[in-house]
Amino acid sequence: MLLIRCPYCEEERPELEFRNAGEAHIARSADMAATSDDDFEKFFFIRSNPKGIIYERWRHMHGCARFFNAVRDTVSDRFLMTYKAGEPKPAKLPGAAK
Amino acid sequence: MIAAFRIPGAGRLKQAETARFSFDGQSYAGVEGDTLASALLANGVHLVGRSFKYHRPRGFLSAGAEEPNALVEIKRDFARKTPNVRATVQELYDGLTAQSQNRWPSLAFDVGAVNDIASPLFSAGFYYKTFMWPKSAWKNLYEPKIRAAAGLGVAPDQPDPDHYSARFAHCDVLVLGGGAAGIAAALAAAETGVRVILADEQADFGGSLRFESGAKIDGQDGFAWAQGAVATLKAMDNVRVLSRTTAFGYYAQNFVGLVERVSDHLQNPGREQPRERLWQVRAKRVVLATGAIERHMVFADNDRPGIMLASAARTYLNHYGVAVGRNVGVYTANDSAYAAAIDLKKAGVGVAAIVDLRDNPTGPIIDEARALGIEINFGRAVIRAGGKLRVSSMTVQPKNGGGERTIPVDAIMMSAGWTPSVHLFSQSRGKVAFNDETKRFVPGTYAQDCVSVGACNGTDGLSATIDEAYAAGAKAAKDAGANTVKGTKPKVDASESWSRGMLGAAPGAGPDTTVKAFVDFQNDVTAKDIRQAVHEGMRSIEHVKRFTTNGMATDQGKTSNMHGLAIAAETLDKPIPQVGLTTFRAPYTPVTFGAIIGHARGPLFDPTRKTAIHPWAERQGAVFEDVGQWKRAWYFPKAGEDMHAAVDRECVTVRKTAGLFDASTLGKIEVVGPDAAKFMELLYTNPWEKLEPGRCRYGIMLREDGFIYDDGVVGRLAPDRFHVTTTTGGAPRVMNHMEDYLQTEFPHLNVWLTSITEQWAVIAVQGPKSREIIAPLVEGIDMSDGALPHMSVREGRICGVPTRLFRMSFTGERGFEVNVPADYGQAVWEALWAEGQKHGACAYGTEAMHVLRAEKGYIIVGQDTDGTVTPGDAGLDWAVGKKKTDFVGIRGMARPDLVAKGRKQLVGLKTKDPKVVLEEGAQIVGDPKQAIPMTMIGHVTSSYWSQNCGRSIALALVAGGRDRMGETLSVPMPNGTIEVEVTGMVFFDEKGERLNG
Repeated sequence: MLLIRCPYCEEERPELEFRNAGEAHIARSADMAATSDDDFEKFFFIRSNPKGIIYERWRHMHGCARFFNAVRDTVSDRFLMTYKAGEPKPAKLPGAAK
Repeated sequence: MIAAFRIPGAGRLKQAETARFSFDGQSYAGVEGDTLASALLANGVHLVGRSFKYHRPRGFLSAGAEEPNALVEIKRDFARKTPNVRATVQELYDGLTAQSQNRWPSLAFDVGAVNDIASPLFSAGFYYKTFMWPKSAWKNLYEPKIRAAAGLGVAPDQPDPDHYSARFAHCDVLVLGGGAAGIAAALAAAETGVRVILADEQADFGGSLRFESGAKIDGQDGFAWAQGAVATLKAMDNVRVLSRTTAFGYYAQNFVGLVERVSDHLQNPGREQPRERLWQVRAKRVVLATGAIERHMVFADNDRPGIMLASAARTYLNHYGVAVGRNVGVYTANDSAYAAAIDLKKAGVGVAAIVDLRDNPTGPIIDEARALGIEINFGRAVIRAGGKLRVSSMTVQPKNGGGERTIPVDAIMMSAGWTPSVHLFSQSRGKVAFNDETKRFVPGTYAQDCVSVGACNGTDGLSATIDEAYAAGAKAAKDAGANTVKGTKPKVDASESWSRGMLGAAPGAGPDTTVKAFVDFQNDVTAKDIRQAVHEGMRSIEHVKRFTTNGMATDQGKTSNMHGLAIAAETLDKPIPQVGLTTFRAPYTPVTFGAIIGHARGPLFDPTRKTAIHPWAERQGAVFEDVGQWKRAWYFPKAGEDMHAAVDRECVTVRKTAGLFDASTLGKIEVVGPDAAKFMELLYTNPWEKLEPGRCRYGIMLREDGFIYDDGVVGRLAPDRFHVTTTTGGAPRVMNHMEDYLQTEFPHLNVWLTSITEQWAVIAVQGPKSREIIAPLVEGIDMSDGALPHMSVREGRICGVPTRLFRMSFTGERGFEVNVPADYGQAVWEALWAEGQKHGACAYGTEAMHVLRAEKGYIIVGQDTDGTVTPGDAGLDWAVGKKKTDFVGIRGMARPDLVAKGRKQLVGLKTKDPKVVLEEGAQIVGDPKQAIPMTMIGHVTSSYWSQNCGRSIALALVAGGRDRMGETLSVPMPNGTIEVEVTGMVFFDEKGERLNG
């Protein structure tokens, strides 16, 4: 069971309190209705499945109930960092795997 | 009376305290502190089991958790039967009843042993190669027969009457293994004041100090020192000491699963006591002190009862005071068996001879054995064991060939060396490294915050072990935050030390032989089987393992993996590290389902949700159905009524007078805030800005892909307050969906979402008399059609309590939904029920609700839709705001496939024969005479008998359905084809006049 740090509660809590909510940093267009078929495909269907660093959304379901973002290494299953929803993709990752 | 093989004065047990027990119906005496194994051995019993495949007689190999052979069934009572218990682990209690397994008719005479003679049929991978013809016979004949013949114990057939508990724990330093290393590490860590947990699988701490008679620490015998040190640890507030507790799994971020056997060793476990307790421990640092396991020698017939690991024989003597024979042979490739021979000889047990594969080993331990007058043969091999139900001799030959000599023995102690227990280290994702000199895998690269100490780290000798462990314990404490170290390291005064040994088959069981030299006792895998696997093309050790099943039994290859690997490597002519080591996986030893499940069984498996009105419905004799976690009243049968009769009556009564329905399970969410309407505009297809307070609207929620996600009636209570209802099953995911958008896509909106499902009880009153039933109880709300039209909501009081009174209908009749605070739900229901009785109203359940809504063509999301249905498909285009520029799903709905012609659309179906009720899920075809497989053009989503219509009715998704009105389609069923006519979805009161009727 992983330990995940909720950036709102500022605490590490067990995985049981959280729910994964899919890939992060996929912005919904402000003009959704005008989105092209290709852009909609990218927005709705296409997800990355990297071996390594993934940016994903989690929700502290049984805690503060907030959605937040996390950087996880899919090889080691380690969380490199978590940050609040709406904050930009971190430019530098602490202790990133090679 | 003392048992025949108990040596007076030997061992640590109080030999007077006798415990009676039985094995296979025979009664024996043991002493307090025995294991079942030591007690049987004290009585001279070695034969305790039959092997898995060949049904060969088997005895005890070990004195611990690695035991592959001595699996028995422990029977406490009718329901408490535990199969596959290792007799070497089961502690004796007075009255213990054990039985052997996998034999018929008896242990000594087992018909299944014919497999041993027919063994060429059952060689490695036999089930992939034989019994292949005819194909059908595998399933019906071969597999059942093989399964019956092969096997372990029989699973109990009664529900487990015991209970199991679970605990979470946190600590700074978790020490796994309570031998000398673990205790030293725990002492060092504990003395700093940090929180320490020390766990060991045995009843007594001490690990190999149980048998190492040569160990002296702090001036005491090693085992005595261990007991004193553990007593010190137990007395410390910051230390938790867990005995009989096995760490079975090492998971991410120092999360370790342990199982504590609380009462299996007790004669009369208290009812309040759990049988086992699961510990889920999160530790800042983990110290692995898991020791090493001795390996057997691989030679012909090395599985005969009486042949065991040297350390096991030594444990039985030094701890339990039991001699494993009277004339014992020794076969070894390292020094440790000498220590066993010396201890037995000193205790008065005859040692026939030591056979040592090594050419000219030297050292004090060999000198001591020789000084005691024990015959020692260097450079020789035991090429075969004699005897069947018990070993009777060992045949010795120079290892490079030559004359044979047969020595009579009644037991053989063997040692091929020691394998470090890197199981937990490996489970932690650490990478092991092969030490070519000592021929063992030891911890290499660490993946987590843990450290291995002592024998599991390849550290030899007690002194070095304690040095290493004590330092590691102190460092772990420091790394976990301790700042003071003040203890004193235990001082080792005398110790035993050995390493080396051999891997693989011994001479006489080499490449050109066909003897049965067992590598894996539990799965009956011989050296020959492993060579055969390689010859048949298996190259990777993972393939060899699966083809031969080596290491795949319940002991997970604790004694066999290294031998198997070495034989495969030799056959492949590759160095061992290149052939690789199979992956260690949890659990380290078998874990009961009970321990994993804990309290989560029966009623505690999943929460049961009941409405405020549930007790009333129960008293009325309602039949309930499960809807998600909810119990919902399904129908209310009167005396003599079956479900059909009850539902028909309920449906007719609602339309004739009125019915009361418990709608409390509907999901309810309050959307509040200055931007509430804006939020609703974005989450639902409908327009909301212009909905007046006091009015309601049927809302449809889509996912971004344009498919229907949920629906429900929404009332606007105030400009900034919406009372949203969702489907019963959809409430949590709708709430999640709303929160997701509010928090991440529309965080600029000033809105709060609150789940109010459990706060409001909801009583639907539907039917022409509904207003007359409610009106007398309501205060402050004008109930006239003008003031409270269909699809409106008012706040007021009913029976003196606050209500949100909705005028709405899911039946097509004039209808109301009375929301009251849940605590008043039952009281208000009873008041309404009393009023209803005056008008001949009934209570109706979910089945009648389904029929009534289907008569009106109202859909149920999740039944008539399946996640691929758009509002257009469902005939709900009218509910999509045409002028809206954005809502979730607006773009998805416009995808080419979703606007293409020929999509499946919801329609009504009427069977040509009105009495025939279609099956929900039945497939629909155009021409029933077409060739099979037919083209299916849709399926039935809802289907009922409608007493109000006097016929069956159905809803269906049919390709291009709305263009097929009046067409005849077919529903092919096993008993013939049913003809149906495509119709509109409304079967009753098409004009909707009854809403105001």
